[in-house]
Amino acid sequence: MGAYIVRRILIALVMLLVASALGFGIMKLSPGDYIDMLKMDQRETPESLAAETERLGLDKPAIVQYGTWLWRLVTLDLGESFRYRKPVADVLGERLINTLILNVVSIAVTWAVAVPLGIYASVHQYKWSDKLLSGLSFVGMSLPGFFVALVLMWIFAGKLDVLPAGGLYGVNYDQLDFWGKVGDVGRHLIIPVVVLAIGGLAGLQRITRGNMLEVLRQQYVTTARAKGLPENRVIYRHALRNAINPLITIFGYSFAALFSGAALLEIILSYPGLGQMMYEAILAKDEPLVMAGFMMGAAMLLAGNLLADVLLAVADPRISYH
Amino acid sequence: MPESTENAPQTAASAQKAMSPWAMVWRNLRRHRMAMLAAKVLLVMYGVMLFDGFFAPYYYGDESRLHSYHPPFNLRFFDSEGRFHLRPFVYHSGYEFDPVTMERIWVEEDDKAYPVQLLYRSEKPTTILFGLVETHWHLFGVESPGRLYLLGADFMGRDIFSRLLFAARISLTIGLVGTAIALTLGLLIGGTSGYLGGTWDNLIQRFCELLMLIPGLYTLMILYNALPANWSSVELYFGVVAILSFIGWAGLARIIRGMVLSIKTSDFVMAARAAGVPTRQIIVRHVLPSTLSYAIVSASLSIPAYILGESGLSMIGMGIQEPVPSWGNMLQRGMNVTELSRHPWLLWSGVAIFITVMAFNFLGDGLRDAFDPRTIGLKGKKAE
Repeated sequence: MGAYIVRRILIALVMLLVASALGFGIMKLSPGDYIDMLKMDQRETPESLAAETERLGLDKPAIVQYGTWLWRLVTLDLGESFRYRKPVADVLGERLINTLILNVVSIAVTWAVAVPLGIYASVHQYKWSDKLLSGLSFVGMSLPGFFVALVLMWIFAGKLDVLPAGGLYGVNYDQLDFWGKVGDVGRHLIIPVVVLAIGGLAGLQRITRGNMLEVLRQQYVTTARAKGLPENRVIYRHALRNAINPLITIFGYSFAALFSGAALLEIILSYPGLGQMMYEAILAKDEPLVMAGFMMGAAMLLAGNLLADVLLAVADPRISYH
Repeated sequence: MPESTENAPQTAASAQKAMSPWAMVWRNLRRHRMAMLAAKVLLVMYGVMLFDGFFAPYYYGDESRLHSYHPPFNLRFFDSEGRFHLRPFVYHSGYEFDPVTMERIWVEEDDKAYPVQLLYRSEKPTTILFGLVETHWHLFGVESPGRLYLLGADFMGRDIFSRLLFAARISLTIGLVGTAIALTLGLLIGGTSGYLGGTWDNLIQRFCELLMLIPGLYTLMILYNALPANWSSVELYFGVVAILSFIGWAGLARIIRGMVLSIKTSDFVMAARAAGVPTRQIIVRHVLPSTLSYAIVSASLSIPAYILGESGLSMIGMGIQEPVPSWGNMLQRGMNVTELSRHPWLLWSGVAIFITVMAFNFLGDGLRDAFDPRTIGLKGKKAE
């Protein structure tokens, strides 16, 4: 197992290297650079522009720029953001935390609702409640997240005016005490979390239901019932444990999208996370920031996939890696 | 699948010996009520899309600044004196400002009524069949300066209903074109990879993994920004499709490779080989048809991803650009909560996306069941 993980990490590092070259390459293909953006500023003179070009290393060929960037990365230096004029790590830090908060909360909500619903549906198979749930999950799977976000914004921020319409902090955030701050952030989180949960709920509920039905058909469940165990015990002790196993992999995969899964929603709701930062950085051609965000997303995807595979082996003794 | 069906296939199979696999798939699909309903809805939508200019009362660029954000449903059956008119009409509407909120208040000037005319001939030309044919005829319309706003107007006073129909040109085709490109690439590259094996297989598979392991939206945004800024709307359309299928083909290629690998060693291919069937015939007759059914199913299930991808990108301004409408860029102004709460009819294109995506999901689901070899040849309904 240990050797397997080490090998996977080595492969992942090579993948990241190729991905970075791909990302950098495409970015350099795009017409214009950060200096072109600066030119729109009336205060800049040709001399100051030339000095800035040289300072940022934009006068060198793209391959040299990539080499410099890569060398800095090896020494754990993400470089300096063009636009913010401060280290990328400083800009990135807060954004990463915000994105983490959003995704972790929504994953927690999704699982807390979807798994019980899936169990409920499987125990009540073909009853009206099961049919209603599968109908709802079909609708939920087809609802575009951005559309749900706009509808919720219209109703709760526009019409009823009970929830904030985006962002993460209220205007008076700095004057609030600790619990006030928590409440403020919580209110801002409701719409994005609900949108993400609706997106994840439908699929997870169906999978849980399918797994439970599969397990409930097994002979050992029949045996448990035949020997007179109460139905609750059969379902929660005998069936559920085995139905949960395949879900563990899905749990790992949901971690893969931690840094990039909610990007579109962040942009639409102007949520100050990594996705929204990437959107602004790409438009401003802030190359170090774009590359850092891109690599963060890719690294998290690789780590999440590895986590899923490892969790599967841990949960299921039949699976072993060599 | 319960054991009781064991005997059913034989009797069913003997009764329907002449049925081709496609006929069986069709029969299975017809039994799937939701899938058939979805197929009908989609057929209507694509039909309307082809003759969009005819069904829409206005051309997509037909603006009237005076009617900026005109509210929807201004169709009337009763006039100011309460008389019923069989032919609905619209009043000419002007506006005044609310002295406090400075919001526009629409007032109908009921001295001028414009009846809705069936088969209306407009002054300005409109286009149908993807803009290839010009026409002046509309299914219905009102004489100007009256304006008919079934679903309201956008900020330039353009009719949202008309723009929804024209936007279908983009939003309904992007899924088909994108999937076609991804499927071709997936079949070719995945098939080659599985068939050749060895170093090529290894290289191709690593590249596919790479494409699947880069964050999708970030890559899409970076790629979109690499497109030349001066592209026309048609070029941009194909640019966006190319970007979306660049991300999308890898997953398909991997699965098709896996299928080719397993089919290569399956009993029926072995049997064909043992019977002396030439390799080419094995591939054409036995290997490809088995992957094709899968390819069709996964293609129909991947269409929504392209529609959603285009909408999402266009919505944040990194896709189809104004004034050409797409269901995504029509939502762009809705991202501002003040505009959204004053003009909620901006959300209509989201409803169109939702209906289309749901229809494709149902159709894909039905196709998957219909192509399932366990249900082909079965008479009864497929067991859960």
